[in-house]
Amino acid sequence: MIRYLLDRFLQSVVVLVIMSFVIYWLMGLMPGDPIDLMISADPKLTPADAEHLRGLYGLDKPITERYLNWLTAAMNGDLGFSRLHAKPVFSVLWPALQNTVILLGVSFVLSVALALPLGILAAVRQYSKYDYLVNLVAFAGISIPSFWLALLLITVFSVVLGILPASGSGSLELSSGLADLWDKAKFLVLPITTLIIASIGSHTRFVRAAMVEAMRQDYIRTARAKGASEGRVILKHALRNALIPVVTIIALDFGYLFSGALIVETIFAYPGMGKLIFDAIMGNDFNLAMIAFLFATVLTLAGNLLADLAYGWLDPRINYRISYR
Amino acid sequence: MNGSNSEALLAFTLARRRFFRHKLAVASGLFILFMAVLSASASLIELLRGIDANEVNLFGRFALPSLAAWLGNDELGRDVFVRLLYGGQVSLLVGLITALVAAVIGTIVGLIAGYRGGWLDALLMRLTDSVIALPLLPLLIVLAALDLNKLGLPDFLVQSDKISLYRIIAIVAVVGWTTVARLVRGAALSLRERDFVLAAKAQGASGLRIMTVHILPNLASPIIVATTLSIGNIILLESVLSFLGLGIQPPVASWGNLLTNAQELIFSAPWLALYPGAAIFLTVIAFNFLGDGLQDALDPKAA
Repeated sequence: MIRYLLDRFLQSVVVLVIMSFVIYWLMGLMPGDPIDLMISADPKLTPADAEHLRGLYGLDKPITERYLNWLTAAMNGDLGFSRLHAKPVFSVLWPALQNTVILLGVSFVLSVALALPLGILAAVRQYSKYDYLVNLVAFAGISIPSFWLALLLITVFSVVLGILPASGSGSLELSSGLADLWDKAKFLVLPITTLIIASIGSHTRFVRAAMVEAMRQDYIRTARAKGASEGRVILKHALRNALIPVVTIIALDFGYLFSGALIVETIFAYPGMGKLIFDAIMGNDFNLAMIAFLFATVLTLAGNLLADLAYGWLDPRINYRISYR
Repeated sequence: MNGSNSEALLAFTLARRRFFRHKLAVASGLFILFMAVLSASASLIELLRGIDANEVNLFGRFALPSLAAWLGNDELGRDVFVRLLYGGQVSLLVGLITALVAAVIGTIVGLIAGYRGGWLDALLMRLTDSVIALPLLPLLIVLAALDLNKLGLPDFLVQSDKISLYRIIAIVAVVGWTTVARLVRGAALSLRERDFVLAAKAQGASGLRIMTVHILPNLASPIIVATTLSIGNIILLESVLSFLGLGIQPPVASWGNLLTNAQELIFSAPWLALYPGAAIFLTVIAFNFLGDGLQDALDPKAA
């Protein structure tokens, strides 16, 4: 078990290092380099000055050397300076991360909390009208473009009804205590609704599929035969086993959540990690983009590792000594 | 291959019957066909009505739907309906071609990994895991924003007016092959121990021949299902990227970039956001239903 864990952890680290190089390389291929930006800011720079600056900042060195320099600095806690925000990268990252955790956390918990009863009921009444309806609605949720959904919600609730703000994360007027909390909450309603609708379809389908599979097992027949009530059979015997694949798939979905956050935060101008990455990439803010990107990769890798662990923890039959898959 | 001709025919008949029982899937197939034909006839409709959907007509800005312009005009007085059809051409084409390219890459990787096994399998599966572990949308945004000149692509390609089309197909395929690769690898792993493969091996068939002639045909069903299901996803990805201004570039219309326009006009002409979004939504849901129906029909055990 420990060996397996260590193995998987080391693999993730290797993937992360390779990815950081790939991303570093890709960033270098983006249009415009730092010197171009300086030239556009100061028209008096001559080509010779530019060449001099290039040497000064080490931009004339080969990519591997530049990468290693960056890596050493990053390892020593120097993440660099954000060009767009004119602040150290870390101090830009931290508040954005907090905002995203609130946004994703609330929508994720609500989505799963709603998907569980919907999916369980659909599985228990397999092939009923209700099951059919849930399936239809779940497919609709999966297929709806989240950015369009966001636009529709803005149109209805901000433009037509005018009851909810269209973008941002709080009003400019200062308030405190409950009023402040209420104000912030209003800005979260539409982004969270968008994220829930976009994710509840696939969550419900996971739950339903896992429950259908669990209800087919012999131990369900055994439980019924020994006289357990139907509620107990469903919640105690079936659901507990169905949770294993559900937890795994949901943990594997971590990276997907991030993509959702990027779209929703960008449309609602909500200052979180998704919008941060998008703005950093589009605004040639290489230091910030690099770190934010790696951070998202770490999250996804951690999700995968967590899924593996949860799988073994929930299902004791799994033996880690056998090489996986 | 396994089974005689008549057995294959029977299997096909059964699959067809199962598919046609799935009313929603059949309706979805027909809807996709209808959308494809309608989109393909965009220039014909322009010709018949004697209009040019790229022509700016400032006197006809925001015209309401009428017999002349079925869905009205946009902010530059262009016909919304015909632009929607042109967008459909691009979105459907990108979805279809990208799904096929991704399926081909995934099949090759999966076949080699599953059949060869050993270190090659380990390496290819690590690669697959790594691609899955990447944050998809940020990666696509970086790839979509890359300076193609710095990548060393020839000028005629970079300057080509279809470059945004090629680019989006390439970058979505580069990250989209993993599902099929895993699927094919898993199936190939179990198939290579089966008697008909061992028999072929005993007859001296080469590895390439076994993979393509003996194993691949048995994987047709899951590959077809996975590819159909991926088309919807790809159309969504393309529309998101185009919406963010990184995919298909105007004046070429795609359902995604039509919505970018609509977002800017959300306070003055909110109805413009309705049509492209509904087109994406209905097409994607149709591909998902179609894939679901195909899965029930071709691969009943998996459903």
